[in-house]
Amino acid sequence: MATAIEVRGISKQFVLRHTRSIKEAFVWVMKGRKGDLSKKFHALHDVSLEIEQGETVALLGLNGSGKSTLLKHISGVMLPDTGTVRTRGRVAGLIEVGAGFHPDLSGRDNVYLNGAILGMSEAQISERFDDILEFSEIGDFIDTEVKFYSSGMYLRLAFSVAVHTNPEVFLVDEILAVGDEPFQRKCIAKIKDLADAGKTLVVVSHDLDLVSTICKRGVLLEHGRIILDAPVHEAVRRLRGED
Amino acid sequence: MKVIDLTSEALATPGLGGGLRDVLRSRYLLKLLVSKELKVRYRGSVLGLLWSYVKPGVQFFVFWFALGIFLGLNKNTENYPIYLFSGIVLVNFFTEALSNASRSIVINGGLIKKIYLPRELFPVASVWVSAVHFFPQLVVLVAACLFTGWRPGIPELIAAVVAFSIVAMLAIGLGLFFGSVNVYFRDSENFVDMLLMIATWASPVLYPWTLVRDGLRDAFGASAGQVLLTIYQFNPLTIAVELFHYAFWAPTTSSATDPASVVPPDLIFVWTPIALVTAILVIVAGQFTFRRLEGRFAQEL
Repeated sequence: MATAIEVRGISKQFVLRHTRSIKEAFVWVMKGRKGDLSKKFHALHDVSLEIEQGETVALLGLNGSGKSTLLKHISGVMLPDTGTVRTRGRVAGLIEVGAGFHPDLSGRDNVYLNGAILGMSEAQISERFDDILEFSEIGDFIDTEVKFYSSGMYLRLAFSVAVHTNPEVFLVDEILAVGDEPFQRKCIAKIKDLADAGKTLVVVSHDLDLVSTICKRGVLLEHGRIILDAPVHEAVRRLRGED
Repeated sequence: MKVIDLTSEALATPGLGGGLRDVLRSRYLLKLLVSKELKVRYRGSVLGLLWSYVKPGVQFFVFWFALGIFLGLNKNTENYPIYLFSGIVLVNFFTEALSNASRSIVINGGLIKKIYLPRELFPVASVWVSAVHFFPQLVVLVAACLFTGWRPGIPELIAAVVAFSIVAMLAIGLGLFFGSVNVYFRDSENFVDMLLMIATWASPVLYPWTLVRDGLRDAFGASAGQVLLTIYQFNPLTIAVELFHYAFWAPTTSSATDPASVVPPDLIFVWTPIALVTAILVIVAGQFTFRRLEGRFAQEL
């Protein structure tokens, strides 16, 4: 089996910039650079991770442990300070669904726009449009501007587009709780289908019971370091402090 | 379950794009971004797309009254309204394109922070949207020119296309530069506003170039004046505006206007190639800066 994601020794420092303008930077320089203009903190510290094709991996950890940052490095949104990230095949994120939605456009326009943002071609979107519509259960509202959608409808449509992009590697960040309960079940079933179809899944979620049913492998992060890489149940137990 | 084997495909580093080449590859997304912008821009306004006519129309009349009538340029310049309007439409295109391109990265920050896509798309889409708004103004200009007896030849039409390309390249190049710098220093967009105010006056839009030549000579002497005029002409926007005058205004003038002073000497064969090269250098520099800075967009936005 081939490697789908290869993360080698990546570190990431964030600069917490206190200033946003040339004026403040200038004043700081004039005052003899006293004090630190910016504070730094390590979001990721020498993280290495190899994920095989078809694996389902849960990234676990408390808030601020670096899970989402790691996901952003895999998707290419962020570049590491040191180390390398390499991926095989098309990677798509179910990261914060609806980021590419525009409230003033109709549902239909948004499906095309968001589909293209997630890397689909016009032909692919047209081909899958009916599936996307059916899965989202939006029905006739598809030609209404999305600003008039209820928040549930909005998320359902966005999730539906994302899940139909059909990449080889799926990155899922905290979006499993979409819509009402029946729809949530449907989303989870869909994600499990993807896993069964041999897609590589990397999931970030605080719903530990849920990730245990979807993923096989659990990677536990703490303060930007991987502290445990084990079967998911073990990692969940460790996170809950049960052993 | 069947697993698609991808061993043949190489491991690739995510987040390292091919710059403007990627924009060509994602033409479909570019098209959607442009049509989104066009649909959304005038949403909820009664006049809608008509604003693209009304604003330059009003601006034209203000300048025409102030400069043409009050300052007497109407008398000294034949067909001054055509002269004025042909320059204004081109500078308006530049102003709108650069001002929106400089803001495009920050405005689309929400998306850039979450999903990887070629970020050059946003400044390029802004310039494209401005080109769409430029088109109706061009139609008005052509109508007015035809009414004044404009019969263009092939050289005039080529000059118009070249002028448009110079301005579009400048706007994309500077838009990439200021758009990426704006992520780190929001002062960038204010600086651009100032720059654009200068651009309107630093090119022969409102006044004929002969006034620049004579004014500089009278103020600084013959040799220094000549040097300053040369510097003035190194501005690619000046050359683009002069090419538009050559294309649209010059054919409408009669023998009353001295043919030697219609457009600056050497416009076509010396200054136009220089302006084209400058515009290309600006794009290269803009792309270079953008790629140096884009690695940290997601964390700085």
